[in-house]
Amino acid sequence: METFAALAHGMAVAVQPMNLLYALIGVFLGTAVGVLPGIGPALTVALLLPVTYKLDPGGSLIMFAGIYYGGMYGGSTTAILINTPGESASMATALEGNKMAKAGRGGPALATSAIGSFVAGTIATIGLAFLAPWLVDFAVRFGPEDYFALMCVAFVTVSATFGDSPIRGLTSLFIGLTLGLVGIDKLTGQARLAFGVPELLDGVEVTTLAVGLFAVGEALYVASRRHHTEEKLEPVRGSLWMTKEDWKRSWKPWLRGTMFGFPIGALPAGGAEIPTFLSYSCEKRLTKYPEEFGKGAIEGVAGPEAANNASAAGTLVPLLTLGLPTSATAAMMLAGFQQYGLNPGPLLFAERPDLVWGLIASLFIANCMLLVLNLPLVGLWVRLLAIPQPWLYAGILVFATMGTIAAKPSVVELSMLAGFGVLGFLMRRFDFPIAPVVVGLILGPIAESQLRRALAISLGDPMTLLQSPISATLLALALIALLAPFVLKGMGRFKANED
Amino acid sequence: MTTGDPVQPPRRVDRAGIVIAALLAGLAAVLVWDARGLQSTTMYGMGPEAMPVVIASGLALLAIGNLVDALRGSLPARESADPVPVVLILAGLALLIGIIGFGGGFILATSALFVTTSAAFGRRAVLVDSAIALVMSTLVYLAFDRLLTLSLPAGPLERLL
Repeated sequence: METFAALAHGMAVAVQPMNLLYALIGVFLGTAVGVLPGIGPALTVALLLPVTYKLDPGGSLIMFAGIYYGGMYGGSTTAILINTPGESASMATALEGNKMAKAGRGGPALATSAIGSFVAGTIATIGLAFLAPWLVDFAVRFGPEDYFALMCVAFVTVSATFGDSPIRGLTSLFIGLTLGLVGIDKLTGQARLAFGVPELLDGVEVTTLAVGLFAVGEALYVASRRHHTEEKLEPVRGSLWMTKEDWKRSWKPWLRGTMFGFPIGALPAGGAEIPTFLSYSCEKRLTKYPEEFGKGAIEGVAGPEAANNASAAGTLVPLLTLGLPTSATAAMMLAGFQQYGLNPGPLLFAERPDLVWGLIASLFIANCMLLVLNLPLVGLWVRLLAIPQPWLYAGILVFATMGTIAAKPSVVELSMLAGFGVLGFLMRRFDFPIAPVVVGLILGPIAESQLRRALAISLGDPMTLLQSPISATLLALALIALLAPFVLKGMGRFKANED
Repeated sequence: MTTGDPVQPPRRVDRAGIVIAALLAGLAAVLVWDARGLQSTTMYGMGPEAMPVVIASGLALLAIGNLVDALRGSLPARESADPVPVVLILAGLALLIGIIGFGGGFILATSALFVTTSAAFGRRAVLVDSAIALVMSTLVYLAFDRLLTLSLPAGPLERLL
């Protein structure tokens, strides 16, 4: 009951005309930027962060909700129409969706992804609304040592457990942690890794890092391998609407995708790749039309798209209730909160319920707006996709540097942006994951201060980490998650030798 | 996704991987060197120098891990990369930073970046692109300056507006 009252209160906040307008602008901008090839939701949020500088926190977070969902929709449109998924989570969509578009069924593919995202987003947001207060009740009992342990779990799952290589994932994470050290130590006021440069005393800006790694890095990477592939834009031919048959084949995958996406997103496991691929392989197994898979089966778009959106809403559960970002996009959302000095977590639910519940309610509204906007405007989005590549990437880079120029027009900050761009390029080239760097930068300093607080309370006794049952359990989980990929890899090698 | 590929390329020592390992080890050394200058003023628990040392140890371990991967040649295969466009874009970024640093203003700086990036992606119509870039960045400047009232760095061109 409490949840309903809170949610109704949030709705009242969200339907104020100005807030509706913010949501609409957010949805529109988010889709427009997210639809550009190579730009995923995380970068969309990072690029559009400066636009919200001048708003009040409530309005800006509501615009964020719109940008977030808009970026997701935009990304799937790109995946379907030109087979360049902006992020690994829309890879499964690209697999079948692009085949459908090639076969002249781009319209239904876009429709099932839009409606599926709507269904999944709505169910998952309801899940968020009901799960959040319960988790908050649990989280208020967390001491600093428990928070530290929780962040260890997030570090490990984001970087090591689910990637291709735990070593490369952890390397990315530690680069992020190193960047997090830069600046004045909050407890003692001493400068770390600043090398006497005054601009570095404030630490590394999350947006500078994210825009550098994602936008500049991506532009450099695409430019370096331009000679390999020519992308082809599939025109949307035929009807936009789904037939009765399409509906019949789509609704179950939508629901199943949601069931995969939301719980996995809500666990601090990070990333939407796992649920989307689980959903894809599940649909492939359950379908009545196995011969169509690989040639454009609508189930293969409906399921993963729903899973993707549900897990995006799922990642908001740990973000809002614990302040724990488990994906690059969630990390950018956290940066959005931090620019107003707000720290998501149980306290925020108690202190600013209007803000948190207004945000959750805005997710519903953004979802509805997208359903109405996305399909009729698909012609406009397709035209955006047709921008010639040189102008597109030139525009992206101008836009990317503009954010930094507007926030901090200093030579040092811009050089850092360029430096992170080179880092992002090299990481792409040598196959290091990028999200752990951003998560490490954001969570590293928080984890350190929680650990130091815990040790100060226990008068320096490190056993405090094991004496709290919550912290002990979480640390054990982190250890298992860290060792699991190495053990499994060893077993895999053993098996390979047997054959 | 490509693990367990039955056809494995002949394993060779990966030079780039060794460089990566060396860079990580270097970063760890910088962290330790920097941490030595910090004073531990805390009575109980961890001072500011503890975490850098922990992270440095992690980096050192990862340097070893990356070195092993490189020596085994088990890094993922890379496609050939064309260095020319990368250098062009970086030159564009350097131009942008230089122009902003010397007070050349937002419009000139972003136009320079636009034109070099566009050239990096294969366009040869430098004059047309320059015109497009100047018009676009002027519009962006006006939008930011007048509508959002965010101040962007002004140079000679901006003062004419």
